[in-house]
Amino acid sequence: MPGLEDLYREIILDHYRSPRNRGELEPPAVKTDGHNPLCGDEITVYLDVDTSTGDGDAATVRDIKIGGQGCSISQSSASMMSAAVLGRSVGDTKALLRRFKSMMGIEGVELVEGDSDAELGDLEALQGVVKFPVRIKCAVLSWNTLANAIDDATS
Amino acid sequence: MSAAYDTAAVKADFPLLVERTIDERPLVYLDSGNTSHKPRRVIDAMTSFMETTYAPINRSSYRLAGEATEVYEGARKAIARFINAPSADEVVFTKNATEAMNLIAMTWGRANLSEGDVVVLTAMEHHANIVPWQMLAAERGVEIRWIPLTDDGQLDLTDLDQLLERAKVLSFTAMSNVLGTMPPVAHLCERAHAVGALAVVDACQFVPHNPTDVQAWDADLVAFSSHKMCGPTGIGMLWGRMEILDAMPPFLGGGNMIDTVTFDGFTTAPVPAKFEAGTPQIVEAAGLTAAVEYLEGLGMANVRQHEMELTRYALDTLNGRFGDDITIFGPDNVEIRGGVFSFMFRDLHPHDVSQVLDETNVCVRAGHHCAKPLMKVLGAPATTRASIYLYNDESDIDALADGLEGATDIFGF
Repeated sequence: MPGLEDLYREIILDHYRSPRNRGELEPPAVKTDGHNPLCGDEITVYLDVDTSTGDGDAATVRDIKIGGQGCSISQSSASMMSAAVLGRSVGDTKALLRRFKSMMGIEGVELVEGDSDAELGDLEALQGVVKFPVRIKCAVLSWNTLANAIDDATS
Repeated sequence: MSAAYDTAAVKADFPLLVERTIDERPLVYLDSGNTSHKPRRVIDAMTSFMETTYAPINRSSYRLAGEATEVYEGARKAIARFINAPSADEVVFTKNATEAMNLIAMTWGRANLSEGDVVVLTAMEHHANIVPWQMLAAERGVEIRWIPLTDDGQLDLTDLDQLLERAKVLSFTAMSNVLGTMPPVAHLCERAHAVGALAVVDACQFVPHNPTDVQAWDADLVAFSSHKMCGPTGIGMLWGRMEILDAMPPFLGGGNMIDTVTFDGFTTAPVPAKFEAGTPQIVEAAGLTAAVEYLEGLGMANVRQHEMELTRYALDTLNGRFGDDITIFGPDNVEIRGGVFSFMFRDLHPHDVSQVLDETNVCVRAGHHCAKPLMKVLGAPATTRASIYLYNDESDIDALADGLEGATDIFGF
């Protein structure tokens, strides 16, 4: 059986204790809620997309803030996610999203060419979550919420 | 612990608790509020029934089918005896307690409630005693009112008279699955009847842990489940006064629940068949009878006494070892609470607490426990919940406390 040290890596606990990009954004930033009905974890993603760099995938994540509450895995995943996508293009953010969900072993996620360029960085620390299948939904919650936020912001 | 009650011998009756290991360690099962484990007697009864007596019930004339029917109806008699129901015909088998609550709202509720009528619930109900009424409220314009809680998690009955004004139903839990609180059931039934309201009791958490007497309660409809009382999953119970059940329209339509069917319509079978459409849980009924007999053998008064003592030990141990670092919800008086301990530990999230406890095979539940409105009252989005049963002893509580120390180490306090 995997040990707890595989799950609670130091970098994860660091993001849990000191979450990055906590807060709210005013409109026109979009606000998207995600929750896990089984356990009650709640994540709110505030996403401000800059379209001066282009529409759709060419737009840029100008700012992102995270609200809500949940366990160390859901909160640290949200924190790392916010740090990873800030300043990235929407296209790169989507690539990162696919890579992360693929790392989590989510079925139906198909990597497209160029996705491997999206560096996971600190997010690789969450790989250990895969060994604790019950917790995968905690790690993925913020990412699914971000995906909805991107849809809202670019539609 | 009381001398009459031998917990080690009781635990030895449960194969999984004795034989199953993870990481070469036995399990410390503290999630019986969720579902209970099954004694050998129940497992054997189901296997033996399938090996020797299994057949359809109520609809075939050969002898084997007659024997199977007797086993199925035997479970009804066992349940009636267990809760002191006046008649076994007043016991209806459902899929689970949740289905029983839905049956009540969808049949009695639809027949008797209309716009402006009031249903009174409490702030500590399980979703199973909330959502069916909310579904009905959305359909019929029924008003739902809530009995609030005191600071220590008891029902605050100060304004009960006003809450019950125009009430047609008072539906409440006999034991909170989050707080362990056991409200005064007979008193609440009396208050409901005083205004002409139906008294519905969600006894899912109560029946497995206490001597139950539905006549002493003077309740009208009572729902509970087999799987929390050492019986199999897949079978739940609705007990009701015959005149009430008799007047209720049927729930699901199909085989077994009819008297006759023509091209023009149908007439219903008498209670309880009226509410048991289709082939029922025949094997599960065999297991349920064995569960009832097992509990009767131990004596429910003894079970309750054991759990009161263990509840006292748990509250004292957890509060003693962790002081202000732990907040256990619900009343401290074990006379009015069962062995359910929902708590917050430091500022750790319950998922992380339960994950750490799982390292030493301490099985607890983390989350909202299907009582989200109550979580809002408690100001906790989720809690960790340990819940005991007749097979738990002080070593299980000690293992829980030791596991919590481990959480302190990992999260660096």
